Amino acid sequence: MPKTKPDAYQEFIKGLWRENPVFVQVLGMCPMLAVTNSAENAIVMGGATFFVLVGSSCLVSALQRWIPRQVRIATYIIIIATFVTVIDLSLESLLPRLHKELGPFIPLIVVNCMILGRQEAFASRHSVRLALVDALGMAIGFFFALFALGSVREILGVGSLLGVNLFGPNFEPWVIMILPPGGFLTLGLLLLFFNWLKERKEQLLRRLDAMEAQGQ
Amino acid sequence: MSDLLWIFISTLLINNFVLAYFLGICPFLGVSQRLDTAFRLGMATVFVMLITAFCVWFLNTYILIHAPYLRLISFIVVIASTVQFIEMVIKKLSPALFKALGIFLPLITTNCAILGLAIFTTNKGYGLVQGLVYALGAGLGFTLALVLMAGLRQETELAPVPRLIRGTAMNLIIAGILSTAFMGFAGLFSAT
Repeated sequence: MPKTKPDAYQEFIKGLWRENPVFVQVLGMCPMLAVTNSAENAIVMGGATFFVLVGSSCLVSALQRWIPRQVRIATYIIIIATFVTVIDLSLESLLPRLHKELGPFIPLIVVNCMILGRQEAFASRHSVRLALVDALGMAIGFFFALFALGSVREILGVGSLLGVNLFGPNFEPWVIMILPPGGFLTLGLLLLFFNWLKERKEQLLRRLDAMEAQGQ
Repeated sequence: MSDLLWIFISTLLINNFVLAYFLGICPFLGVSQRLDTAFRLGMATVFVMLITAFCVWFLNTYILIHAPYLRLISFIVVIASTVQFIEMVIKKLSPALFKALGIFLPLITTNCAILGLAIFTTNKGYGLVQGLVYALGAGLGFTLALVLMAGLRQETELAPVPRLIRGTAMNLIIAGILSTAFMGFAGLFSAT
C-alpha cells in the first residue's frame, strides 16, 4: 500500500493485528510456549516483555546516532539485558511466587527474537516518538497473543480462568493442554484459525471483485 | 559415573530442550526444511553449547561470586563473542557450510537454548564436568529434535495436505505430536 510518510497511528495499529509478532511474524516463540500454561503466567510474562520492549526501543532510537554499525547487535543485546535484569530483580522482590513459577524464562526475555528484531528493523532507524509507538503496538500485540494462548490452555487444561473455576466439579481436565505438547498443539490450531480468517477475507474480496465486474 | 549418565540421558530425552522446555524454537521451525542443514546447525549448536558450558563455569566460579547481578549481561556477552568466533572459523574452513547455514549462524546468539543452558547450569549448581555433560546432552537433544523434525517435514512435502494448514501451523502440530511421543521417555527412570 502507498505510504508517503510513516503515520504514528498506522505504526501502532500494525503491531496489534496486521503484523502481530506471534500470529503473523511467528517470532518470540520460546517464552510464548513455555509460560502460557495459565493465564496468570501469561499476563506476567506479557507485562515483563512490554516493559523491556518499550524501554529498550526508546533507548535504542535515542542512541542511534552514537551506536557504531559494526557492533550494533551487541549493543542492542546489552541494552535489552539491562532492562531484563531490572524487571527480573523487581519481580523477584515484588511477586516472589510468580517469579519462582516462571523461573528461568524471565531472564530468557533477553533472547526473545521479537525484541531484537524490533530494534534492528525499526527502532534504530526512526525517531523516539515513532519507536515508542511501534514498541507499544508490538508489545500489546504480543501480550494479546500470550493471553489468548494462556487462557485457552488454562480453560481446557485445568477448567478455570485466572484461578476461577468455570465448569464445576464434573469437568474432566485435559491435562495434556498444560503439558508441553499442549502448547505446540494450541498454537498450531490458533495459527490455523488465523490462516482461515485471512483466507476467508481474501475469498470475500475476490467475490466482491467478480460481482463488480459482472455489474459493469 | 551413573550420575553423569543420568544427566546426559535426562537432558537428551526426558527434558529435551526443544520439546519439553521450548528452548530454541526459532531454528527448530526455521532451519528444519532439509536434513543435512538441520544436522549441521545441530552440530554447530553442540559446539557452541560446550564452549558456553565452559565459559559459564569459569564466570560462575571466578567472577560472578563478586557481582551476581551482572550474571545475565556477562553470559550474553560471552556467548555472543563465542558465536562470533565460531562464525569466523567456519567462514575460513568451510565456505559451503557457511552459505548453507546462512542467516541462522549469527542467530545462534539469540537462540534461547544457549542462554537457557547457561541459566539452567547455574541454577542447578553443576561443576565443570557435570556442566559439560549437560551441555553435550542438551546439544545432542536439540540436534535429535531438529533432525526428526526435518525428516518429518521432508515427508510431508509430498503428502496431500490441504493448502490452508501448510506452513507453520502444520509444523507446530507435528511438533506437538513429537513432543507427546517424547513424554513417553519420562517413565524411563522412575522404576530405578
